[in-house]
Amino acid sequence: MNYEIVIGLETHVELGTESKIFCSCGGHSAAKEPNDCVCPACCGMPGMLPVMNKRVVELAVTAGLMLNCDISRYSTFDKKNYYYPDLPCSYQITQLAHPICKNGLVTLKTSEGTRDIRINRIHMEEDAGKLVHRGRYSYVDFNRTSVPLIEIVTMPDFRSAEEVIAYLTKLKTMFRSGGISECEEGAMRCDVNISVRPMGSEEYGVRTEVKNMSSFESIEKAINYEVQRHIDAIEYETEELVQETRRYDDATGKTFAMRDKETADDYRYFPDPNLMPIIIDDEWLEKIKAEKPVALDDKVIEYQEAGISQKEIDVIISDKKLGKLLDETIALGCAAKEAAAWILTDYMGVLRKSGKGTDSESLSAEKLASIIKMVEKSEINRGAGKKVLIAVVEEGADPKDYVEKHGLNKKFDADALKAAVDKAISENQKAVAEYKGGKEKALQAIFGACMKELRGAVNPADIRAMLLEKLK
Amino acid sequence: MKYYATIINEKGDIAVDDTILIKDSVCTAGSYILDGFKSLFSAEAVTRLEDKGYKISGKTHVGEFGLDLVGEFSYYGEKEEKLSGAAAGLVSEGKVSAALGVDLNGATRRAAALSGVDFLKPTYGTVSRYGVISTAASGEQIGVYAKDAKKTAEILSVIAGHDDKDGTSLPDETYEYAVDKDIAGKKVCIVKELFDLADEETKKKVTSFADALKNKGVIVEAISTDIFETANIAWQILMCAETCNNISRYDGVKFGHRTENFRNIDELYLNSRTEGFNFLTKAVIFYGSDVLSKERYKDCYDKSLRVRRVVADKFKALMKEYCAVLLPACGKSEYKSYDITEAFGKVFEEGKFTSLANLIGVPALSTCGVQLIGDHFGESQLLSLAAAAEKEVLA
Repeated sequence: MNYEIVIGLETHVELGTESKIFCSCGGHSAAKEPNDCVCPACCGMPGMLPVMNKRVVELAVTAGLMLNCDISRYSTFDKKNYYYPDLPCSYQITQLAHPICKNGLVTLKTSEGTRDIRINRIHMEEDAGKLVHRGRYSYVDFNRTSVPLIEIVTMPDFRSAEEVIAYLTKLKTMFRSGGISECEEGAMRCDVNISVRPMGSEEYGVRTEVKNMSSFESIEKAINYEVQRHIDAIEYETEELVQETRRYDDATGKTFAMRDKETADDYRYFPDPNLMPIIIDDEWLEKIKAEKPVALDDKVIEYQEAGISQKEIDVIISDKKLGKLLDETIALGCAAKEAAAWILTDYMGVLRKSGKGTDSESLSAEKLASIIKMVEKSEINRGAGKKVLIAVVEEGADPKDYVEKHGLNKKFDADALKAAVDKAISENQKAVAEYKGGKEKALQAIFGACMKELRGAVNPADIRAMLLEKLK
Repeated sequence: MKYYATIINEKGDIAVDDTILIKDSVCTAGSYILDGFKSLFSAEAVTRLEDKGYKISGKTHVGEFGLDLVGEFSYYGEKEEKLSGAAAGLVSEGKVSAALGVDLNGATRRAAALSGVDFLKPTYGTVSRYGVISTAASGEQIGVYAKDAKKTAEILSVIAGHDDKDGTSLPDETYEYAVDKDIAGKKVCIVKELFDLADEETKKKVTSFADALKNKGVIVEAISTDIFETANIAWQILMCAETCNNISRYDGVKFGHRTENFRNIDELYLNSRTEGFNFLTKAVIFYGSDVLSKERYKDCYDKSLRVRRVVADKFKALMKEYCAVLLPACGKSEYKSYDITEAFGKVFEEGKFTSLANLIGVPALSTCGVQLIGDHFGESQLLSLAAAAEKEVLA
């Protein structure tokens, strides 16, 4: 039977603020020694009260805007109760009832086309500390305590591990460029909810949650392992599936059920009376929108995902004409990275030489796309393409006509190549003899003669290939 | 008479309850779980007093986390003949001119009434809670013990005002409290249901206070309302839940008492807390955990939050007609010791007189053995009523 994989993600992202979420301690990245960045508040001492870090709200809202969420104008904090030595207050301050962002949407590009992933919610919360186990003793490090996090919860919209990784990669790119988070190792952690169901079924299968993974590789492996485990359980009745929380072990590549106790907890949530509701009025929201870094623009993310370098992106977005040319060229079916290179290296070079500006509109997207496609299909080589580009910019030539007129296309090339190679061989008999006698270097003289004859109109690799063929 | 206190400065003039932190002093909130805990900083209220030149004389013992009726069940105290809060006792004897206490459920107001001094719990948010060993954050508030209304107003004016370190602190930078506001022609009400609950001696105190007010031109009327009883139920639920949560940080891991009897982390938690808390605190933890559990949250905790809003609305309506409610601070004028196993029920019983002020954050003044509860920011009105009546009542 065919099975459909159903996955939902909960992703924790550490925010790149200068101080912690409820006190003025520096972020834990500033810490050198254990318990370097702590104060009475983040150690759980009595008498301290949480004071909201405004920057955390702004970054969470920015993240929400990037993920097309509704921003809650009224949001509140709740306390989540559980005992653990790395949790100094024995409760975590988080958002349950009224999260900061709701109902978002992320569009992914995968090998099977675009996919929409719905975001259920984004909420703010504080991180816990860290335990270090040595021998019989355990040590507590509170540096990470109260470091601000956002948790992004998706709907069960993923259908493969590939989509999950594409989503996480997208988040990482967006958050880095947007100053939300550096997303360093461990600063982005995932809980993955997995179930499988017969293809076409509307009902969800039994769901398991694999908690707290940070490397993409582990996440992918854990999903694949867990999916197979589910399918085996259904197909071959290897075990009975139960809803539970599991842990992925990197060393064995397997997942294990966590103790029952950890999942059966009642966290006894209730609203935190020490923190007033966060009200985001129009003015504040507009301010956050206005301050949203330019690099957050969806366009930029699109360019980044297409593999265009940040330096190139900076030039493109600083000039609307260039951006328009690039977008139109891409829309005509050219690869983004290739189109960007043509525009930024070749086109800009020609403009500089001729003293023209980008506003001269001397190159249309149609003409550029035509050149790029001819090169792509190997109808002309890259060098010839550049010649065409110069002619287009300087003389307003039509690319196809120009190629035809100047005999730059492949058809001409093939005949000329054959003639040139034959001519070079007949005129350099001495070198031919030496080459056949084992002196490989001799080939260079014949090759040079060909190049001279063809004046660069043909791809050197093609010349070499034909030459070798003839001299066999 | 001996009251348990830790002396910090022999020349000091202000006592501070042990639920309020003073830098480098041992602060236990009367609980063995915080045995030996020294604070790294002082409460904002303490700092403000010191900045104005007041000298803190020492820490006065309180019942564990201030949860009991009048402050007798401290791990460090012994049962005294005269059972009431140490701070109220010291003010009454003139050992200090004023004291700070945390009003959580009216224990401070009861202690003041029994000792014959004033205690004013101001409007929630006017005095910073930074440095309070927190229990029920949504209703606890630092207040002032003093011998009369004037001194109470003086000290409260010093400690009140906005503090960035407390997210619930109100925005006003300063407050000036007065004792000479016009009271003639104002109306005060007595709640019949609560009056009837009190013993004869207490009833007498309320009546003579009402007479003194009438002599100053105040109109006193009897009314009937159930909001005090309703408020008490809601506040007990919220108070236990919040307290249970706030003191869950005392786990034996970081500071305070740690059991010697443990083999793993669960035993360390269990035994440290079993040894560290008294019977009443444990009852509060049980009750608080219960009302927050998934099964009960909606019917208990969430409902109490809604009741809080309804009570606040009803009280506001009442305050449109009256400037204060006059009622007993506690039901009995002679306080008798009881066993700690009865404490939970006793606190609940007596809470009818006091809880409303904590639930909705309005000011409450214990004076001349009675209590006045007013509208938000009505402190000066309450103090003026007290100032007008106290001479006649105490004479």
